[in-house]
Amino acid sequence: MQLNQFLILSAFLFCTGVYGVLARRNAVLVLMSVELMLNAVNINLVAFSAFSNTVSGQVFALFVITVAAAEVGVGLAIVLLIYRNLASPNLDTIDQLRG
Amino acid sequence: MLAQNVAFWVIAIVMGVAAIGVVRSRNIVHAALFLVAVLAGAAAQYILLAAEFVAWVQVLIYIGAVIVLFLFGIMLTRAPMGIETDLDNDQRWPALIVAAGLLALLVVLLLDAFGGRMIGLDDELLATGRTSNVGSSLFRQYAVPFEVVSMLILAALVGSVALARRD
Repeated sequence: MQLNQFLILSAFLFCTGVYGVLARRNAVLVLMSVELMLNAVNINLVAFSAFSNTVSGQVFALFVITVAAAEVGVGLAIVLLIYRNLASPNLDTIDQLRG
Repeated sequence: MLAQNVAFWVIAIVMGVAAIGVVRSRNIVHAALFLVAVLAGAAAQYILLAAEFVAWVQVLIYIGAVIVLFLFGIMLTRAPMGIETDLDNDQRWPALIVAAGLLALLVVLLLDAFGGRMIGLDDELLATGRTSNVGSSLFRQYAVPFEVVSMLILAALVGSVALARRD
């Protein structure tokens, strides 16, 4: 298999995630798009690990998965807190710092 | 080699369609279920790349835990369960332009940098990807980052409890 087919699949997933982060209003959906981007990075890491025939890329993919799980936990706690205080899960209601 | 290529493209097309479903679906629960398809497809790609341990960690952590967290988040923020029109903000076209531009840039750069490089799917790669190799690398070469990540998880656990509790 070509290395590029994995890299281009991962680039497509990453750009879809970028679109989601920019275009979504609901905070939970923005977190889902961030997960898409993190998964794209993982596919890259594992593909390069197979390309160079070393195991380091897989270990880093495991670290990324762990950090992503921690990020979702804290992120959803923050979303919950925003919902409790503003009664809306939408990100454009958070404009208290607007001058 | 042909069988792996066919499998790659089938899984890749499913992943692409599901990824578009995640960012375009007008039902928030459907978006979470599309995300399951993307994550399962990624696990299948890891198996194709002989990374068995990462694939099963992906299934357990992402499909098992993270998706359940997302569904809890959807329920607790009382998101609308049916079809909803205001899940997107008014930056849809600028966002599409940014994402398409980034994709075009990345594809051109990747084709230029790695065009023609092949991944050799042979017995050597299968031997490298074994779980025992990943485990010994994790606990020998990367022992310090592993401990740092465990501290990070502890901090995230305490932090999310401290944020979400009511008092």
